[in-house]
Amino acid sequence: MRAALAVYKRELASYFITPLAYLFIVVFLLLTGSLTFFMGGFLERGQADLQPFFSLHPWVYLFLVPAVAMRLWSEERKTGSIELLLTLPVPTTAAVLGKFLAAWSFIGIALALTFPLWITVDYLGDPDHGVILASYIGSLLLAGAYLAIGTAVSAATRNQVIAFVMTAAIGFCFVTAATPVILDFVSGWAGSALIEILSGLSFVVRFESIVRGVIDATDLVFFLSVIGVFLTANTLIVDLNRGR
Amino acid sequence: MTTLISVTDLEKNFGPIRAVDGISLSVDRGEVLGFLGPNGAGKSTTMKMITGFLAPDGGTIEIAGQDIETAPLAAKRRIGYLPEGAPAYGDMTVSGFLRFCADVRGLTGEYARDRIRDVLDKTQLFGVIHQPIETLSKGFKRRVGLAQALLHDPEILILDEPTDGLDPNQKHEVRTLIRSMARDKAIIISTHILEEVEALCTRVVIIAAGKVRRDATPRELLAEGPLDDVFRRITNPAA
Repeated sequence: MRAALAVYKRELASYFITPLAYLFIVVFLLLTGSLTFFMGGFLERGQADLQPFFSLHPWVYLFLVPAVAMRLWSEERKTGSIELLLTLPVPTTAAVLGKFLAAWSFIGIALALTFPLWITVDYLGDPDHGVILASYIGSLLLAGAYLAIGTAVSAATRNQVIAFVMTAAIGFCFVTAATPVILDFVSGWAGSALIEILSGLSFVVRFESIVRGVIDATDLVFFLSVIGVFLTANTLIVDLNRGR
Repeated sequence: MTTLISVTDLEKNFGPIRAVDGISLSVDRGEVLGFLGPNGAGKSTTMKMITGFLAPDGGTIEIAGQDIETAPLAAKRRIGYLPEGAPAYGDMTVSGFLRFCADVRGLTGEYARDRIRDVLDKTQLFGVIHQPIETLSKGFKRRVGLAQALLHDPEILILDEPTDGLDPNQKHEVRTLIRSMARDKAIIISTHILEEVEALCTRVVIIAAGKVRRDATPRELLAEGPLDDVFRRITNPAA
């Protein structure tokens, strides 16, 4: 626990030593902010809610979260500092957890900085604050799921570009799992069970039900399981590399 | 004499290549073991296994009685390790990096501050404590790695080429430092500098192609002629 905390503090601080953190936060705020107004029709809709803002998140995270995750392990492998980390008395699970939570906190900070939108919508109308809070929690969970995929992939390669592309590709599968393109393609030959499974795996379907204001236990369990599965994979990959 | 490092029949393959082929050695408290061999002989690989970074394919490693594979954390707490090339987190400052190492090792408060001050003093890093490690020269980086290895005052030191990249004065300092700690620790150093062996080591293990070729005292080796010649004869019998 102590070791996990030490790793967490080091990782979180390391985001802010380099310009990466500030760049990420600025891009995230500009992208989500501008798209909410221009693509989401935030003002034209005439509704006091943040639906247009949140419905962008699965797509924005698809590219921004891999950028946060890609360096977590592959940079350590590339510079050799992983040898230092893994010969310190740190259990692999503690290192995995410390890194994941640091990156997740970082994304959480970026997400929290979108609060002016909340204030705006409150000024313009009378929004349902419960729904907005639920949406923020859902968004954080969604980011965590992408991030867990990203750290696991990052542990498997020393090349950050490969880590980025692979993470985005896997994330894309989860995002598009329930879109008509995939479902039409599958429905020709697959049974309804597979279609059920595919829509169950869709980040978008799960996330949108939270954004509508319904925090269903199954959606929470889904995102937490995705995080759990990929962090377990991450630990296994790091341990397997010892035997390489 | 207490045996602090005990390695038995260690094996490691990288694909079809057998990097370490049945190495056994033991180091007692008070010994400085010089680990010699040509490049690619398996020195670093052996050290990576002793410190728990790589998993062996065969054999056992005991660190003060604890098996590194079954009780890795207990064993790692007792080891100070300077990896090959002295990797560190380049974006951190020297003091930030040492504080992180102290944190991970559970050193706290006044004791942690004392230990950090002590290793900075021993490795003469006071002048650069606020510089990011990546901006330092090779010699300084090596000393940061050394400082990190000494931080928790471990009983066991594994140093992979500790004097590589240092200037002659710094080499002398590091050797004096190692010698001053030798009495109550078990130390393994790998090196290519044969004079270092004479100056520092109480015992020498020479390996080639993953096997131990010789385990002797420097005096015994010197009796056979100049160390250069002895080393060449042992590691390259054809020549």
